[in-house]
Amino acid sequence: MNARELILGRVCAALNRDAAADAAARRGVDAHLDARAVGPQPAVTDDLVETFMQCAAALSSTVERVASADEVPARVAAWLQAHGLPAQAVGWTGPAALDWAAAGIALEVRPPRADDLAGITGAFCAIADTGTLMLLSGADTPAAASLLPETHVAVVPRARLVAHMEDAWRLLRAEAGRLPRAVNFVSGPSRTADIEQTVTLGAHGPYRVHVVLVG
Amino acid sequence: MEVASPRFKARAAHKLADPALQKALTRVKIKFVPARAQAAADFGDFEALREAGRAIRDRALADLDLWLERFEREATARGAVVHWARDAAEANAIVLAIARENGVRKAAKSKSMVSEECALNDALEGAGIEVIETDLGEYILQLNHEPPSHIVAPVIHKNKEEIADLFEEKHHRPRQTGIAELCREAREILRPHFLSADMGISGANFVVAETGSTVILTNEGNGRLVTTLPRIHVAITGIEKVVPTLEDLSVLLRLLPRSATGQTITNYVSVNTGTRGEGESDGPQQFHIILLDNGRTRVLHSELREMLACIRCGACMNHCPVYQAVGGHAYGWVYPGPMGAILTPLYVGLENALDLPHAATLCGQCSAVCPVKIPLPDLMRKLREQQVERRLRPAAERRGLKLWAWVARHPRLYALGTRLAVRYLRWLADETGRIRVLGLAPEWTSGRDFPAPEPRTFRERWQAGERPGAQPGARP
Repeated sequence: MNARELILGRVCAALNRDAAADAAARRGVDAHLDARAVGPQPAVTDDLVETFMQCAAALSSTVERVASADEVPARVAAWLQAHGLPAQAVGWTGPAALDWAAAGIALEVRPPRADDLAGITGAFCAIADTGTLMLLSGADTPAAASLLPETHVAVVPRARLVAHMEDAWRLLRAEAGRLPRAVNFVSGPSRTADIEQTVTLGAHGPYRVHVVLVG
Repeated sequence: MEVASPRFKARAAHKLADPALQKALTRVKIKFVPARAQAAADFGDFEALREAGRAIRDRALADLDLWLERFEREATARGAVVHWARDAAEANAIVLAIARENGVRKAAKSKSMVSEECALNDALEGAGIEVIETDLGEYILQLNHEPPSHIVAPVIHKNKEEIADLFEEKHHRPRQTGIAELCREAREILRPHFLSADMGISGANFVVAETGSTVILTNEGNGRLVTTLPRIHVAITGIEKVVPTLEDLSVLLRLLPRSATGQTITNYVSVNTGTRGEGESDGPQQFHIILLDNGRTRVLHSELREMLACIRCGACMNHCPVYQAVGGHAYGWVYPGPMGAILTPLYVGLENALDLPHAATLCGQCSAVCPVKIPLPDLMRKLREQQVERRLRPAAERRGLKLWAWVARHPRLYALGTRLAVRYLRWLADETGRIRVLGLAPEWTSGRDFPAPEPRTFRERWQAGERPGAQPGARP
């Protein structure tokens, strides 16, 4: 008997279901998968933008709002300059459609490298409740762009802001049908508190996360 | 990992006498306890969240075989390879076989307590494969050849000066003393390893049956790096970690970080499903998931089944007066604190961890904060009972308990015994009402005094007509 059969056999023996109970359990599993019942959620106010901005700031992201996408490159250029960061970045295909060159930012669309200083991405959506970005991996959306560079800038349309994680799953099922290789929920810059339980930003991932909310 | 649990008492005594450790352990009380309380209060109805979390874990365990089969089917459909391992040796052999087939020379690891259970690093190093722990705490411990002392904050027992000394010695760089500088130094040392590793090894906080995904929660980003950059990803986890749906996962993702560190969410939650897609420039080309039994099916079969609901947040140890006093190393195996006091005897054998179910005051704090409401003190009592039933306790203790049980079933004798005991204890006490040395239990008074009891027993006072609220000595 191989390990799989042995382990599953032991589980079955421990659960000790008879044929009727087994059939009921199988129906229960299917019913639960179909129902996708939502558990308790923290209350959020109607103003999702305000909630998102507060929660993201609490986790050390910075957030700014712009009225239209056209404004994004100039605002990001100003933000980079204010933080003493060079105006060059690796980016996803989506945000690359904006006119970054006009704002003086050299944006390259290619696989990210370890020496990239900034990564400019979009986001599948953002979650107000925790101030979180939901990023999906893909051919045009490499996961490393939000991970290897010391600075991560995410451009998120206001319309892609949802209240809770369950809303994000619903959106993903509706629009993509299945999960991509990697769903990464990002809530602020990488951090560690391993040394003396003292929070330090910039452990292995970005030192700073800047979210530009459009619209 | 070597089991040092039989030496708990000696190790605990040693830890109590270590002033640096005692200072480090104060951070458990100062940092984790108030952070968890605040996060629970901020949530609103945290009790309802705990109930929901428990129901999800119970559902998963009640039909564990079906959820595992569903998980396997979905994961396999997405190109992952699901392996089953009966024990640690089998899990290590699977990882080694994958490494050999693919010519792996270096593996970068994110934190995994299940891999500690298996002593996976030793197995890989023994086969000539370089293993780099990349969680900052675990990296520090690897440099110093030490096991973790906390499941969430593995290096909580060390202060920054010790870490600065270690880095100076091992990195051959000028000594840094600031915490931010030490973190930066570790980042610079570890970054090339992420880029050059052939294999990334992670655990999984959860696996999702609906989608065949593994889920890891990290703050540092090392978990993302080891699951994104190397060409092979191996995730190793226990069979009990399965949750049915993404909605169920969302509930547990609310519970775990709030209970662990008081965070509303960890910086990164990575949900990994299958292998690198077409046209993708990152992500592993091979994704192996190892589901480990190693005693879990035995626990499923036992009266301690609900321990398998544990989601590994560490709240029980953070709130435990014994853990706060002796730290994690005293427990002698992978899992410390109340959860370790139960899991260690279950996984390594009751006879190999005799003291652990007794390493508790049964104050109940652990179960009061457990995110999935595991009645940890009750489970410790069950293990104590099993010890007596299996005659693992010392003969004198067993005889003493038997005698006490017999006397307790004979009320007159019991009343006489307590009357005599009270008078004897008062005779032992000094003029301040303290007993310096307890004749029959000198260990108990070796580090503290025993208070003398009231002059008369409850029964004597009741028979004399004392009633609640009445003045002492007053007749009704």
